[in-house]
Amino acid sequence: MAAGNQGAPDALRASAADGATIIAINGMHKWFGEFHVLKDINLEVRRGERIVICGPSGSGKSTLIRCINRLEEHQQGSIVVDGTELTSDLKNIEIIRSEVGMVFQHFNLFPHLTVLENCTLAPIWVRKTPKAEAEEAAMRYLERVQIPEQAEKYPGQLSGGQQQRVAIARSLCMNPRIMLFDEPTSALDPEMIKEVLDVMVELAESGMTMLVVTHEMGFATAVANRVIFMDAGEIIEQNEPHEFFNHPRHERTKLFLSQILSH
Amino acid sequence: MAESAPPSRYAPGTHPDLPPPVRTTGPIAWAHQNLFSSPLNIFLTLAGLWLLYSIIPPLVEWAFIKSVWSAASRAECWDRMEVAEEAACWAFINRRFEFFVYGFYPEAERWRVNLCFVMMILAIFPVLYDRMPGRRHWFWYVAAFPFLAGWLLVGGFGLAPVGTDDFGGFMLTLVIGVTGISFSLPIGIALALGRTSDLPVLRMLCVLFIEFIRGVPLIALLFVASTMLNYFLPPGTTFDLLMRVLIMVTLFSSAYIAEVVRGGLQGIPKGQVEAADSLGLSYWKAQRLIILPQALKISIPGIVNTFIGLYKDTTLVLIIGLLDPLGIGRSSLADSAWAGLAREMYLFIAVFFFLCCFGMSRYSLYLERKLDTGYGR
Ligand SMILES: Nc1ncnc2c1ncn2[C@@H]1O[C@H](COP(=O)(O)OP(=O)(O)OP(=O)(O)O)[C@@H](O)[C@H]1O
Ligand SMILES: [Mg+2]
Repeated sequence: MAAGNQGAPDALRASAADGATIIAINGMHKWFGEFHVLKDINLEVRRGERIVICGPSGSGKSTLIRCINRLEEHQQGSIVVDGTELTSDLKNIEIIRSEVGMVFQHFNLFPHLTVLENCTLAPIWVRKTPKAEAEEAAMRYLERVQIPEQAEKYPGQLSGGQQQRVAIARSLCMNPRIMLFDEPTSALDPEMIKEVLDVMVELAESGMTMLVVTHEMGFATAVANRVIFMDAGEIIEQNEPHEFFNHPRHERTKLFLSQILSH
Repeated sequence: MAESAPPSRYAPGTHPDLPPPVRTTGPIAWAHQNLFSSPLNIFLTLAGLWLLYSIIPPLVEWAFIKSVWSAASRAECWDRMEVAEEAACWAFINRRFEFFVYGFYPEAERWRVNLCFVMMILAIFPVLYDRMPGRRHWFWYVAAFPFLAGWLLVGGFGLAPVGTDDFGGFMLTLVIGVTGISFSLPIGIALALGRTSDLPVLRMLCVLFIEFIRGVPLIALLFVASTMLNYFLPPGTTFDLLMRVLIMVTLFSSAYIAEVVRGGLQGIPKGQVEAADSLGLSYWKAQRLIILPQALKISIPGIVNTFIGLYKDTTLVLIIGLLDPLGIGRSSLADSAWAGLAREMYLFIAVFFFLCCFGMSRYSLYLERKLDTGYGR
């Protein structure tokens, strides 16, 4: 199923609605020095929900999802992930990080390790999975992202789209309950975007909780339960995708949509 | 020269692979491109050939063809030549060879030095060559080697004790060089991590240490080791001079290694730490598995550069009275039977150092090539 597909799978969308809360963000603020980058963020994500976050550059989208696995520290309010609150307690942070997968714009694969080693590193060293078992699982995920034949290569020998799919497989190897994506396709050439989006759609169909920062509106319409629009550090508007794209309520949302849809 | 292109002989999409034009490959083309491509290039090639011609044959004649390899004294050496002093008198080195290798190490105990040397090769091999079968099982041996070697060389516990002031020659160079190299790498890495850490006190201590050590000449540190340390130690304590030198040399090169490694650490994109963090790896695991392997790889040229410097700087211990090869050489020249053979002596020592340093340099190139996974660049 392609991301550009406008006919949303309704069964899939409905299945998510009854999940329990897995991320709860309450009155969260963050500053970079004097700069107030996130303002009073309140967000509740249910298990199995797929959320797309969009907004102009510099609006704080990356910062928001990076707060969820503590790559950035928030200064006020609370973030509770799967029942564990993010505080400066290192043990909690490591627990949450091993439950939350993250996919970056620039892949961030480990260039000195093969694709397979990239995938087995965290299971072996964090989860203490025996090596053979970790490799078997890694091969399963590499098959799922359709590049099992690249397992012995180094990341530097793969195309951008392949690297991003390895990055997704690497996160999945930790059996995360939540997957965060920060503009996973925006460093890719057009012909590679689809292969990555296809993997993400397949992942969505399997019931993964996903928070995706992206401007791929086709993807949003196809799989998102909810689209969140951010501007200047605030959540301006959120709605299910059909409503969001066709009847934006807020002026800034309308302006933003007219800009990204115009080309 | 503009000609209208002749119609292609092949239909679009059917063009076969053709061999390149004759003049672009083969030895003649190579020589033409690299040696005789322009008047300046021709001149440089000829000048280079002339230089080689005027240096190599006389040198070979001096060092090998006309040289004398065994004699009891300089006078006898020169007697055996057609013209006195026309060639090298290697008999000098030959006679003194053991002295050059072992210094004053007692003759009856020299097997211990030899054993140590063999053990060192056995310990270095699994460290340097990662495709060695059963490499893991060597770990304990490698870890135990420094202690075994120390015990063998110094003695005690069943072996006749040998004072470190009897150490000398190439053996002394190796003791200082190998100790300095193998200890300064981990200390340097620790200092680099400290200097880049988030803990301000730790960071400041590391900066202070590194900058202090780097700001002082090694000679000064060696003098501190040989004289001033006595003032700081309680009276009556004796602290082996060689031990002090080893500590100073190690600290000195670890400060340099720290800066080289820090450069490597800064060359690792922030995304690598973030990816490691996001997978739940702790700080130490991330450093050990992700950051350091990459940082050290970038730092290889700088690290080896520092090691080569350290290895050659071991000759400075001459100044505080340890008998390194140069010291041995100079005291040998003082012997009236052999006086005046400085050329042979210095060349011999130069060749020894060159072989060691060249070996390190080649090894680092091999490592760089082996670790290249085709990322970046
Ligand atoms: N480490 C940092 N220190 C200071 N300011 C930062 C830092 N990281 C981000 N910012 C600032 O915070 C703001 C939000 O950044 P963020 O990366 O979250 O934006 P974004 O919505 O993801 O934008 P983009 O679409 O360009 O990725 C920007 O103005 C950015 O300059
Ligand atoms: Mg961003």
